[in-house]
Amino acid sequence: MRQIISILLENEVGALSRVVGLFSQRGYNIENITAAPTEDKTLSRITILTEGDGSVVERITKQLHKLVNVIKVSSQQDDSVGIVEREILFVKVQAVGHTQREEIKTLCDIFKAQIVDITPELYILQFVDTSFEVDRFLKAVAEQAEVIETVRSGVCGIFRGEHSLHS
Amino acid sequence: MEKLNGAQQVVRVLEDLGVTRIFGYPGAAVTDIYDELYDSKKIVHTLARHEQGAVHMADGYARSTGKVGVSIVTSGPGATNTVTALATAYGDSIPLVLITGQVSTDLIGTDAFQEVDTMGVTRPVVKYSFLCKKPEDIAINIRKAFYIASTGRKGPVVVDIPKNCQNRAYLFDYDNKSDVHIRSYNPTIFGHKGQIKRAVTELLKAKQPVMLIGGGVVQGEASAEVLQIAKSLNLPVVSTLMGISGYPASDPQYLGMLGMHGLYEANETMHNSDLIFAVGTRFADRATNKVSKFCPNATIIHIDVDPASISKTVTANIPIVGDAKTVLTQILTELKEVDGKPNADINLWWDKINVFKQKHCLDFRKKDGIIRPQEVIQTLSKVCHELGINPYVTTDVGQHQMFTAQYFKFEQPRHFITSGGLGTMGLGFPAAIGAQFANPHDCVICISGDGSFQMNMQELAIVKKYKLPVKVFILDNSVLGMVRQFQTVFYHERYSATNLDGNPNFVKLVEAYDLKGIQITDDANLEEDFKKILLDKDNFTLVDVITDTNTKVMPWLRANGSMVDMMLNDEEK
Ligand SMILES: Cc1ncc(C[n+]2csc(CCOP(=O)(O)OP(=O)(O)O)c2C)c(N)n1
Repeated sequence: MRQIISILLENEVGALSRVVGLFSQRGYNIENITAAPTEDKTLSRITILTEGDGSVVERITKQLHKLVNVIKVSSQQDDSVGIVEREILFVKVQAVGHTQREEIKTLCDIFKAQIVDITPELYILQFVDTSFEVDRFLKAVAEQAEVIETVRSGVCGIFRGEHSLHS
Repeated sequence: MEKLNGAQQVVRVLEDLGVTRIFGYPGAAVTDIYDELYDSKKIVHTLARHEQGAVHMADGYARSTGKVGVSIVTSGPGATNTVTALATAYGDSIPLVLITGQVSTDLIGTDAFQEVDTMGVTRPVVKYSFLCKKPEDIAINIRKAFYIASTGRKGPVVVDIPKNCQNRAYLFDYDNKSDVHIRSYNPTIFGHKGQIKRAVTELLKAKQPVMLIGGGVVQGEASAEVLQIAKSLNLPVVSTLMGISGYPASDPQYLGMLGMHGLYEANETMHNSDLIFAVGTRFADRATNKVSKFCPNATIIHIDVDPASISKTVTANIPIVGDAKTVLTQILTELKEVDGKPNADINLWWDKINVFKQKHCLDFRKKDGIIRPQEVIQTLSKVCHELGINPYVTTDVGQHQMFTAQYFKFEQPRHFITSGGLGTMGLGFPAAIGAQFANPHDCVICISGDGSFQMNMQELAIVKKYKLPVKVFILDNSVLGMVRQFQTVFYHERYSATNLDGNPNFVKLVEAYDLKGIQITDDANLEEDFKKILLDKDNFTLVDVITDTNTKVMPWLRANGSMVDMMLNDEEK
């Protein structure tokens, strides 16, 4: 099962490598990971997307808690409504000739994606949504034009309602 | 505030933390610190002969006292040489602080001479690590390292200090405040009240309960409380390898070690129990055998300071996170509150257990002309008891370790020192040196194998220099006995790479250090021989006991079975 784990931790030397090391050391899989300092520069926030049943994720969560520099850990199954999650996608596509350029533009309008860079032969598209929608958009783009390159940010998530890592 | 340079601050903060002994090895990246140590009136430094030895010494010092062991080594090879010793301490949750030199901050990342990513190399085998990026980090990081190493589930912590941060020309304020606060690190001490009540209810209800103690009882200083609870409810007590010495072996309620080479009565009692009251153990694979077949009828109460150890392998019915001593004290209070008495059926349970004991699983037959290893340990233990010597015993890893765990009767916590988690051959001798430094008036015995002893025998120089009265007993069976035993049973006696041809003459070896060595080949006077050796309190002796090559450690759990799928010693009785 797809699970999102959010971690608030001290922004110290080796902080990220400790988290990543824990996953590899214990044979847990990281599908993707995002990390950045919070508004408080001494803290970092990491979001990890992983696969595993409830008991595996509980074990990972406990091990993460145990890391000396970790302040708080929370996990959430993606099928529940408890979390807002987004991923950012950039995709560089071949866009040659008026027809193709218009078609891509229409596609972007439908998906609420943006064209963020253009050359006479290329577009860079930007799309922000859930991973599922990102997959869908990417598929639609590939049917329309030749994809040169893609990059995805990995999931970034925040809990709905009052639940907060900072409290 | 007093102004001190970085190197001075290292030494001063260690002094202020009450450190009196350090084991280490110098090199270019720590020469400033060593220069300051030269003047310290409070800290005595011992120069080991290998960095692994140095950290194992600090480990033995820590295990025998409960204090934080301290080591210091240089960057690069100095640091990498400590990895096995750090992992050993990590495996058994031993509080250590290792200070490593590092190349100057401006050289980090340039593949400078003796540069290695110490934080990276040691990360999976330490509880935490610090890199001091500026001199001002030094004192606070060392204080934090001590705090982290010695609280919660204990463990080794590395403090990496670049050469330029130790710079003698740069003086800055020395902050002598001793309180440390780390907002992300708050180990749980008190057990949850509701869980304590539930645990006591189950404990009183159980008809066939057993108490299982692990290393957490020894490291958490909880032996007295364990004894009190066991006595007040008449519970049988079983120990993991690391829990040995946490409960007095001479007490009739003690059933000995469980697990892979555990005693028949210990494993049977576990398997047939309806309640396991587990304290400070992580239900390691060597203790439980196949988890899915583990103690099918037992409700499990699991007390541990490390929440990640609870329900990691065996699922706990009543988990209690907290410090062993504190939680057991809470349980004692609750027992008093409800006027807890032994279960009415406990004697029926003891009747069953006493039948298990009738198996006499440790009995062995003597062989003509060759000493049995069991005999050596049994005799040594007996002689120690008769002489009123209560030794600290360290072991290495192998058959001799298991025989010691089975046959030596330990009465007091911290007196059995062995590598359980990592299983490190080579810990025993340097750990004995560390324990002897910490307990100069006590008897310290290292029980080793002819394989293991050669892993760190360079530390004989320390014994010579400091005239340490350590006693080393080598069970010299000419082979890597434990591995060979596998080959005998599972590999059709194909003895691949387990023959130790080329061994030195151990007596002559120690004589090269002007130390005393004797060889024993005959058990006719074993007791008298051992008495004489142990009564020579002031001198080191290496005792090379030639033992049977073919003896196997029994009982032996069959892989993937339950705790009672045991091979026994019947053919050798
Ligand atoms: C550093 C290290 N290397 C290898 C092993 C694997 N190993 C476990 S027991 C053993 C044999 C030990 O032989 P010895 O010290 O002579 O003891 P014996 O079993 O004969 O009593 C070996 C090689 C280990 N535990 N540690």
